[in-house]
Amino acid sequence: MPTVKMPKNSPSLDMTPMVDLAFLLVTFFMLTTQFRPDEPVIIDSPSSISEKILPDKVMIVAIDNKNRIFFNLEGKEIRKAMLQQMGDKYGVKFDDNEMMRFSIMSTFGMSVQQLKKYITLDTEKRKEFMDKSEGIPYDSLNNQLGDWIRFGRLADAQVNPDGPKEKQMRFAIKGDAQANYTSVKRVIDIFQEMKVNRFNLITTLEQNPIQ
Amino acid sequence: MADVQTNDSDSGKGGKHKKVRAKKQSTHIDMTPMVDLAFLLLTFFMMTTTFGKPKTMEINMPVKPDTPENQTLVNNAVTILLTGDDKIYWYFGELKPETKLELTNYSNDGLRKLFLDKNKYAVDRIKQLRTESATNNMADSTLKRLEVEAKGAKQALMVLVKADDKAKYKNVVDVLDELNITMVGKYAIVDLAQQEFDLINNFKPQP
Repeated sequence: MPTVKMPKNSPSLDMTPMVDLAFLLVTFFMLTTQFRPDEPVIIDSPSSISEKILPDKVMIVAIDNKNRIFFNLEGKEIRKAMLQQMGDKYGVKFDDNEMMRFSIMSTFGMSVQQLKKYITLDTEKRKEFMDKSEGIPYDSLNNQLGDWIRFGRLADAQVNPDGPKEKQMRFAIKGDAQANYTSVKRVIDIFQEMKVNRFNLITTLEQNPIQ
Repeated sequence: MADVQTNDSDSGKGGKHKKVRAKKQSTHIDMTPMVDLAFLLLTFFMMTTTFGKPKTMEINMPVKPDTPENQTLVNNAVTILLTGDDKIYWYFGELKPETKLELTNYSNDGLRKLFLDKNKYAVDRIKQLRTESATNNMADSTLKRLEVEAKGAKQALMVLVKADDKAKYKNVVDVLDELNITMVGKYAIVDLAQQEFDLINNFKPQP
């Protein structure tokens, strides 16, 4: 009796469709996404139906669920100029290395005095530091947030003098859904003291129920 | 010398006079490393990037007057008072001593129904405009302009949003969003008056 022989299959299979798919996905992700900025705090924005996209040049003031204030403004040169002026006002000296490191950082939230220490830390330590931080002081006695905003605008004016109107800096507030409105109100008031009356509130998209 | 060498190398296969043939190679190449690479890149992009840009809601705050002055009284406005526990109180028109607050919520039957009812003029007008534009091929910019006009019309609703110190940021954004959904064009975020604060604190639900 002949023994039943299994057909001898080659162990290698045709992977072409798989490669096609994989590269298709790679291309898709490369084209449709952008790098996620390294955010030191998690902010869970409320949702809205608004489909407006966040403008490119924007100063972001973030408020987390413990009502701490964070600040971010992109642009290396702007950040350097801003830090310089801020340091001068509060009597904190920043050397070139610290300036450099600050210029490539993202969101931060602590007083200028603590900022010097924060800049020198590495990424892991920064997270820890931020967890313990109190946020940027913004009460009327020690209104550092107001100064960041003012110097940020000044620095922008220095770095890009007479830029086109559509490139003007916009002001965004990124509040956590559970932040107290009073804190947000205080931030808006600080902006309004500087004659900024137009804001972008950062939200996540939700479906419009009527249409 | 060369001869000897070829002899040597061919000796295994024998046949000195055999034709030299190109080795028949398989058309399949091993794609495993390529797949590895592709998936590695895929994972990398999936993990380090985000889709698009965050969405934002634009808001214009009323410009603060340099000197404190009495606010202009508004007759056909709804005032929304936001407080903790996701509660909303509202009243219609001017704040008078006999004004009674009403309680509502963020559901479809609450705030949305209220706004849609009160803002009937603008909602109807915009719906009409949209159907018209679909039939007559109206330019988008014209439609937009007419919509803005309808929202800003005298008969359209005006809403004042006031939040007390217990309100969450989410509450304010939700109300603003609701205003956008219900096509209310005239709204402002203003501070709570002492009187209104008292009204909230002394609120008793009507039987």
